[in-house]
Amino acid sequence: MTAVLEARDIVIKKGGRRILSVDHLAVEPGEVLAIIGPNGAGKSTLLTVLACLDLPTSGAVFFHGRRVTRANALAVRRRLAVVFQEPLLLDTTVLENAAIGLKLRGRRREAEAKARAWLARFGVGHLAAQQALTLSGGEAQRVSLARAFALEPEVLLLDEPFASVDVIARAGLIQEFKSILSSTGTTAVLVTHDFREVSALATRVAVLFDGTVQAEGPPEAIAAHPRWGALADPRTASGAGSGGCGWH
Amino acid sequence: MDLVVQGLVKAFRLLLSGDPEVLEITLLTLRVSGLATLISLFLGVPLGLYLAVARFRGRELVVGAVNTGMGLPPTVVGLWVSILLWRNGPLGMLGLMYTPTAIVIAQAVIALPVVTGLTMAAVQQLSPKLRLQVLALGASPLQFWWIILREVRFGILAAVMAGLGSVISEVGASMAVGGNVRGYTRVLTTAIVLEVSKGNFDMALALGFVLMVLTYSITYALTIVQQRRRRW
Ligand SMILES: Nc1ncnc2c1ncn2[C@@H]1O[C@H](COP(=O)(O)OP(=O)(O)O)[C@@H](O)[C@H]1O
Ligand SMILES: [Mg+2]
Repeated sequence: MTAVLEARDIVIKKGGRRILSVDHLAVEPGEVLAIIGPNGAGKSTLLTVLACLDLPTSGAVFFHGRRVTRANALAVRRRLAVVFQEPLLLDTTVLENAAIGLKLRGRRREAEAKARAWLARFGVGHLAAQQALTLSGGEAQRVSLARAFALEPEVLLLDEPFASVDVIARAGLIQEFKSILSSTGTTAVLVTHDFREVSALATRVAVLFDGTVQAEGPPEAIAAHPRWGALADPRTASGAGSGGCGWH
Repeated sequence: MDLVVQGLVKAFRLLLSGDPEVLEITLLTLRVSGLATLISLFLGVPLGLYLAVARFRGRELVVGAVNTGMGLPPTVVGLWVSILLWRNGPLGMLGLMYTPTAIVIAQAVIALPVVTGLTMAAVQQLSPKLRLQVLALGASPLQFWWIILREVRFGILAAVMAGLGSVISEVGASMAVGGNVRGYTRVLTTAIVLEVSKGNFDMALALGFVLMVLTYSITYALTIVQQRRRRW
């Protein structure tokens, strides 16, 4: 079985500094791959490259075995969806926000019906007519998730999508997200530094540290790992903000 | 004070009688300044978008020039456009000096930095992460710019108001390149200067009143659109 997304010999330099160096990382169909690591490890950089939003300095990303280039990046991007830590909604209605991705793909006719269905699924259907910039943080992130699912992406890439949602709302949203993810069978890459999200959602974990993949395996194996297991310990890896403590 | 009251009374009489010359000057003013603003939009909006995101050597110099240009003295613009359009100047063969077109050109030059600068500022207020999000939504380059343009639409509306305001009220450039020719290149501001110099304060007041009402109504209409979406 070929991977949906695959990174091979990727090196990324920014400002003359090598910030990412990944020999191999594959995303298999149907899996939820969590990428964990402390702040500055290069998680967002890696996700940006996997999402074909940036080409690596050297090496390449492969989509269904085909190399992603500047020429075909747009076509590949249109088969993916990305949710960032901030909701980054456009200054228009909630419905228009959820429908925009399909409209950009020329699928105007189905766009609004699909958008409505996904907004409802994430519990924000009643906000469809509201201006997106007036939403609360939690509502906005639900819209951002609905906007991504409306695209029915082959791979859903998420960069700390729950970090901006307050703690009380977070657990509920993660549970809803989990049930939607499994009922749709969506392949996903989840960047996080909260191991609770990993245990709840991931089928496999890659540990990123100093720009390289240090370990890969099922969540339980990472949790039991002599070095990286510290991540799974809530006392040393407290989630948002300070993923770096207790690492050495 | 008497002068003002008398002037105002006469001014209203002039306006209510529908003086054909006042009407003509008003229409020319609208045409010239409207066209100049439109041209500055067509050039300034793309330039502002580009300057907001581009990285190139000397960008700060260009941006500095744009920001300086936002307060460009119209008289100086008039001088430079005159030099260009003068009979023996580089564009002299076009025969544009002392035509309404010359005023349009000069005013477009005056409004261009205003529109460019305000567009650029509006784009730079957006979250830089929005760039990645819009691309991630599957936008082609053209769709990308269209979405960004929509995101800054209220900033551009402000640019239209500021651009139009800067040209409809200027007198130096219109005088220099238009020459205030009666029935041909006379606009509201140059007409006011002339009437004042002749001591016809009633006429000057009437024209000044028209200019104010005109500017205010246009700006008011745009303001209504702008404030419909207020969040503060
Ligand atoms: N555009 C850039 N220029 C220079 N350095 C960058 C740039 N983007 C990210 N970096 C650096 O790369 C490293 C990894 O960043 P990032 O991928 O955001 O980490 P993470 O998401 O794991 O916190 C950081 O040290 C960061 O400072
Ligand atoms: Mg990050």
